[in-house]
Amino acid sequence: MATDILMPALSPTMKTGTLARWLKKEGDKVLSGDLLAEIETDKATMEFEAVDEGILGRILVPEGTADIPVNTPIAILVEEGEAVPEAPASVPSGEKEGGGASADKASVAAAPTSSSKESKGSGTKEERIFISPLARRLAKEHGLDIASLKGTGPNGRILKRDIEAGLKAASGQKEESTSGESVAEQAGSIERVPHSTMRKVIARRLTESKTQVPHFYVSVDIELDALLALRSKLNASLVDEGVKISVNDMMIRAVALALKKRPGLNVQFTETEMLHFSDVDIAMAVSIPDGLITPIIRKADQKTLRQISAEARDLAIRARKGKLKPEEFQGGTFSISNMGMFGVKDFAAIINPPQAAILAIAAGEKRPVIRDGEVRAATMMTATLSVDHRAIDGALGAQWLNMLRDLVQNPYSLVI
Amino acid sequence: MSNLFDLIVIGGGPGGYVAALRASQLGMNVALVEDAQLGGVCLNWGCIPTKALLRSAEVYQSLYKLKEYGLSAENPSFDLPSVVKRSRDIAARMGRGVAHLLKKAKVKTVEGRAQLAGRSGDVHTVSVLKGGQETTRLQAPHVILATGARARQLPGLETDGKLVWGAREAMTPDMLPKRLLVIGSGAIGVEFASFYRDMGCEVTIAEVADRILVAEDAEISMQARKAFEKRGIVIHTSAKVGSLQKGDDHVSTILETPKGTVELTVDRVICAVGITGNVENLGLEQTRAQVERGHIIVDEFCRTDEPGLYAIGDVAGAPWLAHKASHEGVLCVEKISGRSPEPLHPRNIPGCTYSHPQIASVGLTEEKAKEAGYRIKVGKFPFLANGKAVALGETEGMTKTIFDAETGELLGAHMIGAEVTEMIQGYVIVRTGELTEAELSETVFPHPTISETMHESVLAAFEGALHI
Repeated sequence: MATDILMPALSPTMKTGTLARWLKKEGDKVLSGDLLAEIETDKATMEFEAVDEGILGRILVPEGTADIPVNTPIAILVEEGEAVPEAPASVPSGEKEGGGASADKASVAAAPTSSSKESKGSGTKEERIFISPLARRLAKEHGLDIASLKGTGPNGRILKRDIEAGLKAASGQKEESTSGESVAEQAGSIERVPHSTMRKVIARRLTESKTQVPHFYVSVDIELDALLALRSKLNASLVDEGVKISVNDMMIRAVALALKKRPGLNVQFTETEMLHFSDVDIAMAVSIPDGLITPIIRKADQKTLRQISAEARDLAIRARKGKLKPEEFQGGTFSISNMGMFGVKDFAAIINPPQAAILAIAAGEKRPVIRDGEVRAATMMTATLSVDHRAIDGALGAQWLNMLRDLVQNPYSLVI
Repeated sequence: MSNLFDLIVIGGGPGGYVAALRASQLGMNVALVEDAQLGGVCLNWGCIPTKALLRSAEVYQSLYKLKEYGLSAENPSFDLPSVVKRSRDIAARMGRGVAHLLKKAKVKTVEGRAQLAGRSGDVHTVSVLKGGQETTRLQAPHVILATGARARQLPGLETDGKLVWGAREAMTPDMLPKRLLVIGSGAIGVEFASFYRDMGCEVTIAEVADRILVAEDAEISMQARKAFEKRGIVIHTSAKVGSLQKGDDHVSTILETPKGTVELTVDRVICAVGITGNVENLGLEQTRAQVERGHIIVDEFCRTDEPGLYAIGDVAGAPWLAHKASHEGVLCVEKISGRSPEPLHPRNIPGCTYSHPQIASVGLTEEKAKEAGYRIKVGKFPFLANGKAVALGETEGMTKTIFDAETGELLGAHMIGAEVTEMIQGYVIVRTGELTEAELSETVFPHPTISETMHESVLAAFEGALHI
């Protein structure tokens, strides 16, 4: 019997996707587990796997089609020798309640592919790109990525003029790069590596953040000796269980507690209102070969150090292997970026929108400090908080950071 | 009552009263000053009353075609005062409607002539005069000038209210001239020519340009000319009107045309040679606002060079259309209130002429599109091949579309024939929404309607119309 293959929902929030490439042709035999197509969302490209066997009878949506709503029939799978129906049997999404039924019918499963195709967890919803048909056509003709454009029409709709502006900007860059190129060519070596989807997303989102979010920075030096001593004791007592708590785990816990105590930082700014989150979901930046990804420890304030440690380790390992599920890196209410392992003194991180704050943690190092009028050595670490000043005022950021310092310098509350 | 408002609107025409209504909607405390009648020229002496007259003419004309429809009536006739009265009654009724809307919106309406009386800091003062005497002073941080325009007077062709009519006399005739000369063939001239011809006058049009309705696409203009001439209107283009020799009850003149001079004696002359903005006596001299060739210079959000002073509609320049004025009123007020309205795009403003046949258009003409350097695709579809038009007995007409061959953008659309003024908005939406030939081709147009010609014209521009 002919079955419709429907546009899959590749993440809980995905509403539409682009059919980047068909990996099977009409008439091809399809076995369970065969890759059917590559589907692109604005954040990732995922491979789309067949569950049922049959013949790919008809492709309903050509390659390159963007904004295909989830549960729209994209192809028809038939049995060998069966006539191929002209039209899909199912009704496109939205008109039918209970996506579950359609999903069953789809006979396909989607899984994130290799990590290189995953994009950075961002927490934004999958949003439909509003664009006029004329602008869409122009973008396609000129090979312009519409996801990288900002629309100036009603509700941010991308119009012809935005494409023209985009082309102008692109040609400006081209000129720059050609002038760079001539130098490079004289020098005799230049390797051109086309951007991965992740690189494009990182570029777009960070540019958006740095240009549209008014960043405010506040730094504090934190003495780590008490925390390090506590960590040694904890790890000594847990050695039989094979548990090893890291400074990073303790910092996640400390940040979570600080956010719980002073929830003014656990917010997001939108044009019309402020979102206050009751859950503290900490996103931690993990660098991976092609960029970075931010897996999330959800409700970190309600988890013990042991749970956080286990979870952080598992997420980091799977992140580097590219085995994270979308829901494991999308969302988050606050980010931590830890570069302590690189021995850096301090740095300021770029906020990961729509979040409103990120904490940059540098290396702990022995520094001379003055205590009670005397110079002595202490293990110090500089932490820099970047906040979205639209949502969080400077004083609040400073107070919060002081609270964090107190929690770290008197670390027993981390284990209570 | 305090005389301090958030916004003062000067002029109660389709620009001013709509601006006031929108401002009130956005929570502003608004005063509107009007010297004459609410609704302005559009409602009292333009758009609305002429449509009423043209409707009478259309119905009257249809009586002469009853036979075509299998009907008959004896001795069709009309009563001119009743025709004019109907038109005036309709204008009055619409005017009361505007007054009611303003009242409902709690807009303070003030009768009199307004004059800017200086700005101190952010606050403008407006003096309201009646019979040359100041009756009150109003203050507001924002003042919108919506004073409209009036008919342009050419030396030697000035309207005198008796033999040489302006629009106002032409729409309240006390007698039906047997012979009529219409100078100027823009929308206003052509509409009056059409009305008086339908009422039985001998009508001559004198146009200085080489074709009538010079703003329209050349092909549409040519079709209009043919249609008017078929109905007996005499048209002289590239014609210069000599001095007017006025008699007791007639006017003689000489038209210089490329084909030679034409001596002409008529009972009345209608002069419709463009309009000029009402920029005088507004107190503009003491402001930074600039006036150029009869209109106030504004930016895309209708701001003049004087802080807090705005101009919308006819007084801010062409195109002189009520819907342009209203739209500017809305966007000007929205900008004042801190919103981010979209500026008006001239190529997306439709133009309509309610003559018989009607003419409607949006965007570029074929000629202008070529001049602008576009590689174009043009589609045309005649009403003669449209079932509904044939059934209605309205086979005179055409829909023409001009596309950018490379992108499928609809550059312009031009229509002539029955009901085209009601249909052009379809193409305006295409322009505003940046739809292409693909969406137009995919759109299901209802059958049977004349709007199917809009579809067929698009098909004709690309892969071929189906019904021809």
